[in-house]
Amino acid sequence: MSSLVIQFLNGLAGASTLFLVAVGLSLIFGVTRIVNFAHGSFYMLGIYVAYSIISRAGAGGGLGPAGFWGGILVAAMVVGALGALIEILLLRRIYHAPEMFQLLATFGIVLVIKDYVLWAWGPEDLLGPRAPGLGGSVEILGRPFPEYDLALVFIGPLVLGLLWLLLNRTRWGTLVRAATQDREMAGALGVNQKWLFTAVFALGSALAGLGGALQIPREPAQLFLDMGVIADAFVVVVVGGMGSIPGAALAAFIIGEIKAYCVGIGQVGFLGYSVSLSKLTLVAEFIVMAIVLVMRPWGLLGRQQGAQRIAAGARERPAAGRAMQIAVLAVAGALAVMPFVAQPYTIVLLIDILVYALFAASLQFLMGPAGLVSFGHAAYFGLGAYGAALLVKKAGLPMEFALAGGPLAAALGAVVFGWFCVRLSGVYLAMLTLAFAQIAWSIVYQWDQFTGGSNGLVGVWPAPWLASKTAFYYLAFTLCGCGIWLLRRIVYSPYGCALRAGRDSPLRCDAIGIDLARLQWAAFVLVGTFAGLAGAIYAFSKGSISPETLGIPLSVDALVMVLLGGIHTASGPVVGAAVLTWLQDTVVRNTDYWRALLGAIIIALVLVFPQGIAGFARRRWARSEAA
Amino acid sequence: MRRNGVHFLVAAGLALTALLPAEALAQGAIKLGELNSYKVFPAFLDPYRKGMELALEQANASGGVFGRKIEIVSRDDNGNPGDAVRVAEELLSRENVQFLMGTFASNVGLAVADFARQKKVLFIAAEPLTDKITWQSGNRYTFRLRASTYMQTAMLIPEAARLKKKRWAIVYPNYEYGQSATAAFKALLKKAQPDVEFVAEQAAPLGKIDGGAVAQALADAKPDAIFSSLFGADLARFVREGNTRGLFKGREVFNLLGGEPEYLDPLKDEAPSGWYVTGYPWYAIGTPEHKRFLDAYQKKYGDHPRLGSVVGYTTVASAVAAMKRAGSLDSEKLVAAMEGLQVDSPFGKITYRALDHQSTMGAYVGRTALKDGRGVMTDFSYADGAKFMPSDDEVRRMRPAQ
Repeated sequence: MSSLVIQFLNGLAGASTLFLVAVGLSLIFGVTRIVNFAHGSFYMLGIYVAYSIISRAGAGGGLGPAGFWGGILVAAMVVGALGALIEILLLRRIYHAPEMFQLLATFGIVLVIKDYVLWAWGPEDLLGPRAPGLGGSVEILGRPFPEYDLALVFIGPLVLGLLWLLLNRTRWGTLVRAATQDREMAGALGVNQKWLFTAVFALGSALAGLGGALQIPREPAQLFLDMGVIADAFVVVVVGGMGSIPGAALAAFIIGEIKAYCVGIGQVGFLGYSVSLSKLTLVAEFIVMAIVLVMRPWGLLGRQQGAQRIAAGARERPAAGRAMQIAVLAVAGALAVMPFVAQPYTIVLLIDILVYALFAASLQFLMGPAGLVSFGHAAYFGLGAYGAALLVKKAGLPMEFALAGGPLAAALGAVVFGWFCVRLSGVYLAMLTLAFAQIAWSIVYQWDQFTGGSNGLVGVWPAPWLASKTAFYYLAFTLCGCGIWLLRRIVYSPYGCALRAGRDSPLRCDAIGIDLARLQWAAFVLVGTFAGLAGAIYAFSKGSISPETLGIPLSVDALVMVLLGGIHTASGPVVGAAVLTWLQDTVVRNTDYWRALLGAIIIALVLVFPQGIAGFARRRWARSEAA
Repeated sequence: MRRNGVHFLVAAGLALTALLPAEALAQGAIKLGELNSYKVFPAFLDPYRKGMELALEQANASGGVFGRKIEIVSRDDNGNPGDAVRVAEELLSRENVQFLMGTFASNVGLAVADFARQKKVLFIAAEPLTDKITWQSGNRYTFRLRASTYMQTAMLIPEAARLKKKRWAIVYPNYEYGQSATAAFKALLKKAQPDVEFVAEQAAPLGKIDGGAVAQALADAKPDAIFSSLFGADLARFVREGNTRGLFKGREVFNLLGGEPEYLDPLKDEAPSGWYVTGYPWYAIGTPEHKRFLDAYQKKYGDHPRLGSVVGYTTVASAVAAMKRAGSLDSEKLVAAMEGLQVDSPFGKITYRALDHQSTMGAYVGRTALKDGRGVMTDFSYADGAKFMPSDDEVRRMRPAQ
């Protein structure tokens, strides 16, 4: 009994931590609609800055409470100021870009901050001091419980209370709430959005920094924190309902407690099986999110979002002009003769680019024409790759069959995931796709006997007649080329038209009798199949696969490719995939700090091409034709 | 670090010119390919790179191989098997390296090992710990330097069995390394001490352990002893929470890898006392071969070596020894030379076994203590890897036929 109480307190301390990270993200998203990937980086910066301040404050001897708590507050303010700076210099310039585009800029920031931290603080983990006066433990029900964890249990609600006062008892708070509910209307009523956005972004970043700084006595500052935290923060925000601060608190509480009890209860006997609940901590938050979103599509305390005023209208261009057709044929022709003129390694790189181009094209179909954003697109890529690899390794099928079977496995996954996802919309839908992807990932990661667990499967090589790189290149070229071409054809088929109509005006669609949910479900299965095909080709081109193929980083890469190329052009994902893959390959080889350089290049591209690279080219094209 | 900052600026400009075909610049030099996850695991791999460069410098100072200098072309694999295979392709086809070495994570190591088998080139896996790389997934072209998960776990068994503790609790990072370590520990201890009982088992997500809840759950099981395979930030969290909650009071704790400077140094004055660990006490090893290595390393870098330094150094030393023994750069001859190859490492002579291509490089086993506000290993001894292997028959059964 007493152990259950203690685990409850552990859960509260964990919940408090989660809440502090998530609440800033919730604020920022509510007002600016920015999917801020850099939030985890701000958290990481918070703990590093606090470490530096506190170890300097304590350098002369004993560290006083003033030095400790002062250091934490200063760290939060430093991070907040950095947030404001980033908003003013970067994000403010791209609010009018297509939806989700800001995500790309924040992704660049993540890369830069990560390398900056490595450069400034070095690679070793930095374990900070204990909190002065709170370093020990108190007896609770005969068990020692850390004083600092007890303090955290109170700090979370304290911050919640202060924020509530700020938002409900000040004029500024009223404006923030107004902008959260309907930011166009707030703007129309004369609210200066510029500074409101900056202030909210600064406050949100400062809260992330505070959340990080407060972890100083509990965990070392280390370079993995940014990615480790960002997914959790998004989960809490979405489970709670976006923009709802009490919702975030409730979600943090539920997730914190569930995790603590998964650990606390440990082994459980069930129908003769012994299940280790502690293993569930790997995905507990994502399972919670999937359940909550399936039951409540707007999160626990979220409300249906206000009407979105997207200007309807054909953003796709039905048929390319003659010059465009010639350009596409020229590229295809050049690719076809590549093996005769290029170096062997160029062929290897091109296979990667082709695979990613198909993968990104499938995501673009979902995001552009279908208007459904997926944060978990790697799930289908990975299912395709594992499907193909398992058919070869376990079923002993020849490679050609496996290549066809992989996409089927992915399609099957998409049938299940898509059925749930199409009931949702916007970022909730995107997060549900992420939840399913993470659940699929964790199964692959854990199922040692079948999927090879975290090590993955090796020995997935193509059939002898495809063993040479040239032969495999032509295979990839044909399959990926046809896949991309097909996807583009479908956009302009009757089915594609209906799908786009649904994106532009769901209400009118409903009125003329289009079953939109069904069309969107079909879109999931369609893109799942193509992403799975990309995954299957990938598996055979590498000879091995591991759970990374279903992981968040690959999903993010796909998003980056689509956004970099341009979300509303069919050539966008191809350009994006080529640019990102080539950049990565080149930059890595030439500098130790390749991540920062890559991030800086992405930020520069974001500023120069707010419509994406291909989107920019198309505009230029249109303008020169009109002239 | 500073110099790298300048590199970074210059490289921005170089990025474009580098697209031109990179012809073998130094015709005379023998090129070796190396790949590792430098940016994903910098705490281990920065020292690793230093060790590697030291060995390279020494090899070239003493005349290189076949009268030719050696050059190492190093690449970052981004910690991802897919990228690693591409980088390996690049090293072979564009840089024309003679063979491959390196890798850190087990999944990356396995992917590159299988690639090496496919391409029929030698691969010296430096760091991956997974047992599979030399056993279940072993192949003709792959050799592994470091003592595997199984071997290092086995090194802790004699002490664990000697204590005759009955109730054991286990905590491990929830992926293949932690799972294998746990499985090996349970099987080996059960064999040495049949009445042992495993009363709790906690699988913590890698890098995200909930230290408080885990420490509490282990304490609730009232074990006599604890076996952990945590490392890095997970270990730091677990140690701090365990200290605060009195988990370690009156209990024996075993922690695989816990004595490696990479993981012990960051704990500073909070490093646990009296834990049984495997690791690398660079400050107290008295053997002449280690002294030579330590002096050279400290002279070159003004910093002390980590375990990564020894691994990097010995990887290159192995590559050089293999080339010398083979008398050729032909893959098959190199593989033949690697089988049974003896190498002088900072830990003494090691042998790459012909049986399973595993080196006999061992680890130091001892107990942790606090000295001048930091963690050290005391009462340690060198556990020779050769003595902590399964029987040859068992190895043959696990390893696929060539």
